[in-house]
This record gives sequence, C-alpha cells and structure tokens, in this order.
Amino acid sequence: MADFFLHTIVGLIILTFLKALALIVPLLILVAYLTYAERKVLAAVQLRKGPNVVGWFGLLQPFADALKMIFKETIIPAGANRVLFVLAPMITFGLAILAWAVIPVNDGWGIADINVGILYLFAISSLGVYGIIIAGWASNSKYAFLGALRSAAQMVSYEVSMGFVMVSVLLCVGSLNLNDIVLAQRNIWFFIPLFPMFIVFFVSTLAETNRSPFDLPEGESEIVAGFFVEYSAMAFALFYLGEYANMILMSALTTILFLGGWLGPFGWTWLPGPIWFILKILFCLFVFLWVRATFPRYRYDQLMRLGWKVFLPASLGWLVLTAGVLLATGWVPHVSS
Amino acid sequence: MSETTAAGKRLVTIDSLAMNFGPQHPAAHGVLRLILEMDGEVVERADPHIGLLHRGTEKLIEHKTYIQAVPYFDRLDYVSPMCCEHAFALAVEKLAGIEVPERGKWIRTLFAEITRVLNHLLNITSYMMDVGAITPILWGFEEREKLLEFHEAASGARFHANYFRPGGVSKDLPAGLADRIADWAQSFPKFIDELEELLTANRIWKQRTVDIGVIGAEDALAWGFSGPCLRASGVPWDLRRAQPYDMYGSVEFSIPVGRNGDCYDRYLVRMGEMRESVKIIKQCLANMRPGPIKVQDRKFTPPTRAEMKHSMEALIHHFKLYTEGFHVPAGATYTVVEAPKGEFGVYLVADGTNRPYRCKIRPTGFAFLQAIEVLGRRHMLADVVAIIGSLDVVFGEIDR
Repeated sequence: MADFFLHTIVGLIILTFLKALALIVPLLILVAYLTYAERKVLAAVQLRKGPNVVGWFGLLQPFADALKMIFKETIIPAGANRVLFVLAPMITFGLAILAWAVIPVNDGWGIADINVGILYLFAISSLGVYGIIIAGWASNSKYAFLGALRSAAQMVSYEVSMGFVMVSVLLCVGSLNLNDIVLAQRNIWFFIPLFPMFIVFFVSTLAETNRSPFDLPEGESEIVAGFFVEYSAMAFALFYLGEYANMILMSALTTILFLGGWLGPFGWTWLPGPIWFILKILFCLFVFLWVRATFPRYRYDQLMRLGWKVFLPASLGWLVLTAGVLLATGWVPHVSS
Repeated sequence: MSETTAAGKRLVTIDSLAMNFGPQHPAAHGVLRLILEMDGEVVERADPHIGLLHRGTEKLIEHKTYIQAVPYFDRLDYVSPMCCEHAFALAVEKLAGIEVPERGKWIRTLFAEITRVLNHLLNITSYMMDVGAITPILWGFEEREKLLEFHEAASGARFHANYFRPGGVSKDLPAGLADRIADWAQSFPKFIDELEELLTANRIWKQRTVDIGVIGAEDALAWGFSGPCLRASGVPWDLRRAQPYDMYGSVEFSIPVGRNGDCYDRYLVRMGEMRESVKIIKQCLANMRPGPIKVQDRKFTPPTRAEMKHSMEALIHHFKLYTEGFHVPAGATYTVVEAPKGEFGVYLVADGTNRPYRCKIRPTGFAFLQAIEVLGRRHMLADVVAIIGSLDVVFGEIDR
C-alpha cells in the first residue's frame, strides 16, 4: 500500500490530493473563523459584544454569512468586462490558496518540500496584485480603478523591502527551503538577532495584505470599498476569503521566518509542532486585528514614503550589516549543495 | 480629446478625472455631494452641491405659530438640536420683550452645553473614523447615549427635544436628574483623556491632520467662518463671551484657541471645548436654585393642568395659546447663539400677528462647506475626507 502511494504516478497524485485536502479544509475553516475572530476582537476593543445571536456565542455566524453570500445574486455592471470581472476574484482566491503548497506545518509536512520554497512564495504573493488590478480595471468604475492603482503601487513597493528582509534571513540560514529555515532556528529564533527586520517584515505584511493601517485600496471612507466596490455575492466573498487567507499566509510566513515555525519556545516539546505553529499564527493574526482596531489609516503618499524612504534603506542597511557580521565572525552557514 | 494642428502634430488634452463624491458616500456626512476634479489622487477642484436635504423649513415656519415653529429647529442641525431651538427662543423673546426667569436660564445654559458635548463627541469620533480609526466612534456613542438619556429625561425625546421654548423651557428637570448629570460631569473628563491617549500624539493621526486644510485667520473671517473652525485659526471669537446670552455672563470658562488653522487644530479646539463645557455644566448645577422655569405671563406661558380644572380664565388662556398662539409685536431681530458648530443665527421679522413674517436662518455649516474648495485644493483625496470631517458639516441646517 505504501508502495502504491509513494512509487506510482497515480498513487502520488492521489496522495498529493489528499494532502492538499488535509491542508485546505482546516485552512478554510480557519479563514471562516478568522472573520468571526476579527469581529469579536474589534467588538472587545470597542466595548461591544460582536456576533452573539447565531449559535452559541455567535459561533455559527461565519456559516450564516457564507450562506447569505451564496444565495445573493451576482451583479455584473453593464460597462464591465464580463470575463475579467469574473476572473479577478478567482485569481485572488486561487493564489491565496496556492501559496500554501510550500508551507511546512511540521518538520517535513509541507505538501511540496522544494528547495526554492521562499522564492515560490514570493512569486505567488507578487502575482496576487493581478487579481486586484484586473478587478479594478474590469469593473469600469472610478472608485474601483483608483483602488486598483493604489493597491498596485502599494504591493509593489512593499515587496521590495520584504525581499531584502527575506534575504537577510536567508543569509543566516544558507537555504531557500522553508523547512531548513525553521530548522536553522533551533538555537535561537530569528526575531531576536534580526529584531528590526522582524518589525519591518511584519509592517510590510500588513501593507502586503492591504490591512489597516494600510488598507488604502479599500479605504471605505475614501474610495468606499476600492477595487471590489462593484462586486456582490460569491465574487465578493472570494475577495474576502482571499484577503483573510492571505492574512493567515503572511502570519505563517512571519512565523516561519522569525518565530521558529513549529518549534516550541525554550525547546519545549510538550505540545506537538503543528499546535505551536498554529498558536504562533494566531498570535500574529491577533496583532493584525489589534492594529486594525487602534490605528488611523495612512495616506497614499505617506505609505509610499514609508515604503521607499524608510523601509527600503533600513532593510538594505541591515542586510549589509548582517552580511558583514556573518563574514567577520565566520558564522556564514555552511551551504550544502 | 485630440485634434490635429497645422504642423500635423496631434495635440492631446487629457481631461481631469471627474469623480462624484457622494451623496451616497460613507464620508459624505449625510447628503454632501462633491464633484471632484482630480489629477490622479490629487484634487484640482472640489465643487460642493447643496439642496439634497432641502425641506423648505423657512417657508414652513412662516405658516406656523411661534410655538409650532420650535420643532423645526430641532431638525436643522440634528446633531445639536437644543442649540438651534435656543437661537429661535432668544429671537422671539427679544421681539416680544419677555425676560426668562433665572432657573429657566440656568437650565437652558446647562442643556446648551450638554448639547455642545453631544455634538463634539459625534463630530470628533466620526472624523476619526473618516481618517481610519474605527474604535473611537463606538466609545463616543457610549458617552453620547448617557447624554441623550439626559435629553430624554428632561424633554421626553432623545433628539428632537422641543425643549427650549420662547419664554423658558417646556418642563422643569425631573427629580434626580441634576445629580445624574453631576455624576456624569465627574467621570467625563477621564473619558476625554482616554480618547486623547488614543490619538492626540499618534503619529499617523498627526501625519494625516497636521498642515491639512490650512486656513489663516483673515481667510477664515473672509469666508465667514465661526465657532471652533474660526478659533482653530487663532481668532478668539466666541459669542458666549462676546455677547453673553442667558447665564453665560456669570459662568467662568476659557476659550480654546488654535494657531495653525489646520485639521489637527480644529480637532484640538473641539477637545478643549468639551473640557470647558464640563466646567460650565458643573457651574450651572451648582448655581441653579428652585424657581419658575418659564416666564410667568399667561399670554405666553400656558397655565398648569391643575389650574385649568377650576379656573375659567386659565382654560381660555390654554385654548388661545394652543390654537391661535401668542402675538409678537412688529419688529425684526437677528439673534445669534454660539452653537457647537459656530454662529447659528435667526433673522426673524414679526408683523404683529401670531406667525413670523419671515424667518431667515443662518446655518453654520454653509460657510464651511463653501470653503471646501479652497481648503481642499491640491490636497489628496484622503485629505478631502479629513477636511470634511474636521469642518463638521451637517446637512440638516445647510439645506434647511
């Protein structure tokens, strides 16, 4: 039986499919409950109760929302480009799910344990902007178009500094494999030696996922809902799910790069690796929501200034510093071919 | 648009992006409609449109008796209803030559200040929400709820109070209300501190508001600014101080004044005013003595129900007041109050009958609205939203 799954093509395909299912189903449930958690956390900060009617403590609220979305009518504006208009949410959601292929939940538990894992992630998250641009353009609406332009500029500029942050992590690891990156943190999690980079990276992930205080592409008080202002029903829900899946993805990435992935703190192993991994993701997600409840929104040009004039020089400088320290102390990791 | 010149080269002129901001827009504060001509994200021209909430209030008032006209004023600036009533009540009293008893004046001063806090709370927190901070507005509503309960206890209605009447107020405060207001006044400054902690020193908040929508003192006067927006530009003009009405002459308070006239200063001035309002509220409660709350002239004030049961005279007065209303001697007055948003004025012409001949209302927000064009020029779209929030426009009074 094991032979069938590991050594025949059909077996491998079935195995990968099962693995993907085992990842995507919990992921989608997490996405659903992230929307619930967001409403509960915001409610707690704002001295409200949040959803509390559907199910115990409102726990069935995400399903009620999903059902509502499914049964609504999909409205396609008269002037819209129909094909692209429908395609855009699919791209956004599909890419948000696709990126999970390389995330290792435990030692060697990634669906695809490839040696360029981090490059793959970087490529997929860069493609994410296409869904938004296409949505903004295909809607044929000024608000949507402005939102798309904002988001394109924003995602591109924050990816640059994110790239440099990743490079300084890679320098310390000597591998692009996500599994190796986590294993390299057995002695010390990277957020301690690379603390400034950790901050830069986390803020950049906020910008990358279009979350507050960088939620300009959808800034509801400025351009109403930005790029998805014309969307309704399930198409709208796909954008929504994509955004939350991206938030979880970015939290996972932060966890892998800086917070030691599935490793327990202080070498603790009394909880299994995946649980530590999920706990760390939840912590990052909580910070996402906390920031949203607390801060006002940046303005478009201020956001660009922060990206290009603060984060880019800072990450570049830190990259040079990291490289210098590694070279001077002879700590350069041994690169296995 | 393209055309071909004599030299055969094509001239291309690119139209600026015209954007319809509102009336269905979350930051439009009601029914503001702005036509924005934009160059990318930068606003080249902002053209505010009015009239979407026009209800013909002024004309309607001409066909109502003086007492029937009062509720229309609640519906002008519906965020600070009692201050609008205040202007009308003062105008009628001036024309009719009646003097409100002291307790009535204290109650009116008290509720004018409660209304000021009510207004500033909503304005500041919704302004914060426009700039992206979503939490303060819900905190603010918690406090507003307490204040609206005071409104309800005194007048029976939360918003459209119909409480200030020509000649005083409609009813005396119910038992225990003064203590509840005093308790609230004790705890409220702490709430302002919390609000300030969240944003006053916040870097993003300052980046978004400092040097945005700047208007100098002279320009502000030229555009007809008043109230907190004028004081933020550095002009210490406050009608409560300049020409005190009711009991404002005998309470102590200071006038917060800004320096730069930007969105941040307008925010700070309103914060300061809330603190001053609490001081005035405390003084009102301390100085209030029992006594009549409206003028004791049966030609203006209806008799009590008990009196009507056994006095024919009282019954006649009641009947006449609630059918024909009182007559106001011929004359004209322009009476102003320092409403939370600024100078709210009523130009009232009486012709000796029971109805006003003309009632022209000077709305506060109108002057601010017309200045959006100069304030917002060459700013970005997000700044226009902040400017609208900081100006505190309410369309009930602008469109009337």
